[in-house]
Amino acid sequence: MEQLAQQLVNGLALGSIYALIALGYTMVYGIIQLINFAHGDVYMVGAYVGYFCMVHLNLGFVESLVIAMAVCTVLGVVIERVAYKPLRKSTRIAVLITAIGVSLLLEYTMMFFVGADTRTYGVLPPFMEQSFNVGGVLITMKQIIIIGVSVLLMVVLQYIVRRTKVGKAMRAVSQDADAARLMGISVDNTISFTFALGSALAGAAGVLVGVYYNAINPLMGVLPGLKAFIAAVFGGIGLIPGALLGGYFIGAAETLVSGYWSSLYTDAVVFGILILVLIFKPTGLLGSNVREKV
Amino acid sequence: MKNPLVRQALTLWVPLVLTYVIVLLLVQAGVVDAYMQVTIATICINIVLAVSLNLITGFTGQFSLGHAGFMAIGAYATALVTMRFDSIVGFIGGLLLGGIIAALVGFLIGLPTLRLRGDYIAIATLGMAEIIRILLQNFEFTNGAAGLSPVPQYMDWTWFFVLTVGSVMLIRNFVRSRQGRDAIAVREDEIAAESIGVNTTRSKVLAFTIGAFFGGVAGGMYASYFYVIKPEQFGFLKSIDILVIVVLGGLGSLSGSVIAAFLLAIISTLLQPFPGVRMILYALLLIVIMIFRPQGLLGNRELSLRLLPGLRKRRRDDAGTEAA
Repeated sequence: MEQLAQQLVNGLALGSIYALIALGYTMVYGIIQLINFAHGDVYMVGAYVGYFCMVHLNLGFVESLVIAMAVCTVLGVVIERVAYKPLRKSTRIAVLITAIGVSLLLEYTMMFFVGADTRTYGVLPPFMEQSFNVGGVLITMKQIIIIGVSVLLMVVLQYIVRRTKVGKAMRAVSQDADAARLMGISVDNTISFTFALGSALAGAAGVLVGVYYNAINPLMGVLPGLKAFIAAVFGGIGLIPGALLGGYFIGAAETLVSGYWSSLYTDAVVFGILILVLIFKPTGLLGSNVREKV
Repeated sequence: MKNPLVRQALTLWVPLVLTYVIVLLLVQAGVVDAYMQVTIATICINIVLAVSLNLITGFTGQFSLGHAGFMAIGAYATALVTMRFDSIVGFIGGLLLGGIIAALVGFLIGLPTLRLRGDYIAIATLGMAEIIRILLQNFEFTNGAAGLSPVPQYMDWTWFFVLTVGSVMLIRNFVRSRQGRDAIAVREDEIAAESIGVNTTRSKVLAFTIGAFFGGVAGGMYASYFYVIKPEQFGFLKSIDILVIVVLGGLGSLSGSVIAAFLLAIISTLLQPFPGVRMILYALLLIVIMIFRPQGLLGNRELSLRLLPGLRKRRRDDAGTEAA
C-alpha cells in the first residue's frame, strides 16, 4: 500500500511535467492541426537555459524559471514564423516533415554548441533538497515544487484561455479559422500567441526536469516529447483538460510499470497504450467523434 | 525504334547490365577500395529502403515514421538464421523470412491503424518501431543491447545488384498495376477514391505490407554485409534518414528516390570529417525542401533513359501503327 502511494506520488510529479508539455502539443494541434515535433526540443532548450542561468549566472530557481520561459516563448514564435507560417497552405505531410526538420535542427545545433554529454544542475539551494515523510511515503521538496509550479501555470493558462480576449480568439480560431478571420480576428497573431504559450510551458517543464533529475542532454526532449504527445492523444488531442488527464495518466502508468515490473519496459508500455488508444478510441478519452464531410 | 522490345532493351536492360559489369570489373581490378565498397553497399540498401517507403508514403500517401522497425525485423531474422544455418540457402531463407515477418507485422499493425487519419498513422508507426526496438533490446535470443555478431557475410556486389534492381522493378510494376493505381487514387483523395469503388483500407494495407516486406529485405541486406547489428541502429533517426531520401527525391517518384540515395551518399561522404554538421545540414535540407520545393527534386515524375532524344517514344508513329 505504501509502495503504491509512493509510486503515485512519483507519478504525480512526472505526470505534471508530461502535462505541461502535452498542453503545448494539444493547443497547437487544436489551432492548426499540426503535430509540432519540435515541441520536445523547445523543452530541451528550456532546460539548457535554466542550467545556464543557475550554474553560470548563479541566479535563483524562480528567476531561472522565468528567464527560461521567456527564451522559449521567443523561440516558439520564431519557429512558427520562420518554418511553419510559409506552409500554411501546404499539405499536412509537408508541415509535419518540416516540424521533424526543426526538431533535428534544434537538437543538433544544441549538440554542436554544448557537446553531446550530459550535464548536471549541480548543487541546488538547501531548501530544495528537503524531504518529508508522510505516513511512510517520502515526498521530496522538488516534487512539491514541480507539482506546485505546474498547477499554478495550468491555472494561469486556464485563466488566459477562458477569461481574456486573446484566449477567446484562440478558441475561435481553433473552431473555425475562416469564420474567425471574418470576425476581425488576426489568425496569424493568434497562432503565434498559441505557440508562445505552449513554448513557455515547455520551457518551464524543462527547468523543472533539470532540477528533478539533475541531468540534461541535447536529446533529452525526444522521448518526453513523444510521451507528452501520447498523453495529449490519450486525453483527446486539441482539448486542454484532455492533456492534463493524459499527462497524469501516462506519468502514473510509467512509474507503476517501473515500480512493479521493470524500468526497461516503460517506454514500450507507453507506446503500447498509444496504439491501443488509436485502435479503440482514436479521438481520445474526452474527444467526440467528428465525421469527415466531403 | 518502333519495336517496344528494342526500346525496352536499350533503355533498361543494356544500361543495367553495363552498370553491373563495369562495377564488377572495377571491384575485381581493385580500383574500388574498401571505403567505396561500403558506400556502394549503403547506397543499394538505402535505395531499397527508400523505394519501399516511397510506396507507402509517396504513392499511397500514408505517412510512416517506422520504417526502421521493419528493417530491424529483417536484419535480426537474417542474422539469426544465417548464424544457425551458415550457407547460401540459409542466407536466402533468412532474407525471405525477414521480409515475410516484417510484412506480417506491417499487416497486423496496418489493419487497425490505417483507418486513422494521416498524422495519427505517423505516430502509430513511430510507436510500433520503438516497441520493436525496445523488445529487441530486452529479448534473450537477440542478445539485448549488445546485438548480434558476427553475422556471416553473403552480400557481394552481385547480390546487391540483383536485390536492389529486383526490388525497384517489383515495386515499379506494382505501382503500374491496378492495385497501384488504386493506391495513387487513395493518396489523391481518399473519399473520392472510396466513392468510385476503391477499397481504400485494402489498398492501404496492401501497400503497407509490401513496403514492410522490402523494408525487411533491406534490413537483411544490411545485416549480411555489416557483420554487426544492434537495436540502437534501428531507432527513430534511421527512419528519419530513410524519410529524408524519399522526400528529397520526391514523394511518388521511384527514380527520384534512387537519385536521392546517390546524392545523400555523396553528401555524407563529403561531410565525413564533420559528423556534427551532417545532422544539422540534414535538418536544414528537410526544412528548405519543404518550404521551397515541397514536391522534392523530381516531384512525382519519373526520370528514365526514355526521355533522351532519339529514344523518346514517337507518339505520332505509335498512334499511326495502332490505327493501322
